[in-house]
Amino acid sequence: MTGKPILEVKGLHKRFGDHHVLKGIDFTVEPGERVAIIGGSGSGKSTFLRCMNFMETLSEGEIWLDGTRIGVEKKGTVTYPEKQLCQVRERLGMVFQQFNLFPHMSVLNNVMEGLVTVQGKSKPEARRIAEAELAKVGLSEKHDAWPGRLSGGQQQRVAIARALSMQPEILLFDEPTSSLDPELVGEVLRVIKQLAEEGRTMLLVTHELGFAYHFATKVIFLAEGVFHEVGTPDEILKHPKQARTQDFLRRFGEFAF
Amino acid sequence: MNYVPDFSIVTDNWIVLLRGLWVTIQIWIPSIVIGLAGGFLLAQARLARRGWIRGTSLVYVELFRDTPVLIQLIWFYYAFPILVGVQLSPYAAALLGLTLNTSAYASEIFRGGIRSIHRGQMEGALAIGMSRAQAMRRVILPQVIKRMLPAFTNRTIEVAKMSSLASVISVHELMYQGRLLSSTYYRPFEILTAVAFIYFVLIYPGTFLAGRLEKHLARSN
Repeated sequence: MTGKPILEVKGLHKRFGDHHVLKGIDFTVEPGERVAIIGGSGSGKSTFLRCMNFMETLSEGEIWLDGTRIGVEKKGTVTYPEKQLCQVRERLGMVFQQFNLFPHMSVLNNVMEGLVTVQGKSKPEARRIAEAELAKVGLSEKHDAWPGRLSGGQQQRVAIARALSMQPEILLFDEPTSSLDPELVGEVLRVIKQLAEEGRTMLLVTHELGFAYHFATKVIFLAEGVFHEVGTPDEILKHPKQARTQDFLRRFGEFAF
Repeated sequence: MNYVPDFSIVTDNWIVLLRGLWVTIQIWIPSIVIGLAGGFLLAQARLARRGWIRGTSLVYVELFRDTPVLIQLIWFYYAFPILVGVQLSPYAAALLGLTLNTSAYASEIFRGGIRSIHRGQMEGALAIGMSRAQAMRRVILPQVIKRMLPAFTNRTIEVAKMSSLASVISVHELMYQGRLLSSTYYRPFEILTAVAFIYFVLIYPGTFLAGRLEKHLARSN
């Protein structure tokens, strides 16, 4: 894959007070790439993903989307106008570990909400799009249900439909199956796999190493706030070169068959 | 007990009581509506990033919560004019006192409500491209209001009853008219009973409707 990167990160640092979580990350994503980000808990992989759509403010560094720098620099200080961030977030759909569906809206209204409130579409049009997205994740029969009545797997599929409804150019998945019961993981991974087959650009933070192996075009092992090792799934997950990556995978595979 | 109640004193003077009721409503509704709006702004200030905004809001809220409302009304009528050099009408002083008092209480209700909504709700809304204001209006507030409805109902009832305190600075509201009638005719039993009854009739429909609304909103639980 060669071409212009759709997403570019330069010299990203993130600090929470004295806690230096991300220590200078450079990263590019080309259209159609699927990047799996793995690493131990507390390694900063979620924080990294959340910086991409400015759920976290950057301490240092630049993010470029489709050749345009996000933020406005004036006399050495960078500000992020809300309007610009809204546009960025519209283009980078995010799926959270905890789904974050709106409990006071029906399933259909959850998916319609961004279309109507953010994109200003008419209700009938928003409804048509939302119905199509819900059909795609296999939840056509749940339009009128309240999110609270659905299983975790169903809720996460609604959340994916909600993200998809905005027609994002990149999808960000923040541990989408980590809060699910084991028997519900499959239905969510199947939806993500189906999106992969459509050639969508995706970033996935995950503990599902087996899925990452089959899903990703690139795997990143994040440790101590830096990209410790980057490569193809085969290079990172089967033949890691760095001792630390090997150690991580060994601990993860401890109870494998 | 050989007292013979005579409620004709009430029916003969119903127009006076009605006029009082109208003034009560004129204190009650604006102070609740403006007070709730002010409370929302104060709650935003309490959750602001800048320390001095948070501090100012905190001091305001505590001043109004930790002093008797009766003193606040009298203070706005007698003391406030000395401070600003403008005499307020009794009605304006009462309205000002009750509105500011209500905003202090309402801000605590809002603040608790907004904080009780999981951070993920704001993030879920921002992630689909909403502005903070849109997220507040479409996602956070509807959930806050649902959770806070019992507290708001309570406050609304409290203010209706507290408006009777305005009688001490001679606002001609229901309580004032009642006391005036009862001292004119020496019939406190009939008149004060009638006044209590009118307050009940004024307030009860609201609590009834709020209960229905609460049930309606709870349907997504």
